[in-house]
Amino acid sequence: MRIQIDFSVLGQTEWRDYALRFVLGGLITAAAGIIAKQFGPSIGGLFLAFPAIFPASATLIEKHEKQKKENQGLDGTARGAQAASIDAAGSAMGSIGLLVFAVVVSKFVTSYQPWTVLIAATISWLTVSVVSWQIRKAM
Amino acid sequence: MIEILVRFLVGGVVVSAFAVIGDVIKPKSFAGLFGAAPSVALATLGLTIASKGPAYVATEAHSMIAGVIAFFIYASVVSWIMMQYKVKAILGTLYAMPLWFGVAFSVWRLWLK
Repeated sequence: MRIQIDFSVLGQTEWRDYALRFVLGGLITAAAGIIAKQFGPSIGGLFLAFPAIFPASATLIEKHEKQKKENQGLDGTARGAQAASIDAAGSAMGSIGLLVFAVVVSKFVTSYQPWTVLIAATISWLTVSVVSWQIRKAM
Repeated sequence: MIEILVRFLVGGVVVSAFAVIGDVIKPKSFAGLFGAAPSVALATLGLTIASKGPAYVATEAHSMIAGVIAFFIYASVVSWIMMQYKVKAILGTLYAMPLWFGVAFSVWRLWLK
């Protein structure tokens, strides 16, 4: 299956779904900072990979897919759950890239220009995630 | 207080940006990659570089490895639960959340501490 961009999905998403993800993303980022301040960077670092918006995103995907089926007069419950499951499996693949991101930052941030390391780590995340996804697809 | 507010706003924007990219991309299995985007990490580490320096960032990123291992297991279990039992996404994702905490803290304590 080819990778496509479908902007029509943006119109189906309600403002409160965007607001919810903004608030959750903001809260976990603020919380990670507070935890690091209170308990040290070693504990705070754990929360940089906390699945804060995962429930909201999975619910949104389920809702969109369910709605699509219901518009055709069908029950979309199973399709919604399946779509959320596929998305979660994709996130598991993406976490392999996230692991590389964390390793690159932890190993190189003290030796090279920190901003350059963050950019390189982000490119590494994307590259490894896409390759992992392609390997899984080919299997 | 100002620092917390800045973290909240920057985190909200970065997380939302990656989430919107995930929304518009098809197929869903590929879009799911963006559910594991380093959004919170970029916002946090970016702000921390400026305020605390690279050594502090390196320590946070090192611990993040435990969080990522927990994230991989969490996302895999959620995927399996949703496919197998067709439960509501909000229930499947929230019920599995203690797993993230259990794995993250165990890996950190046993291996990374």
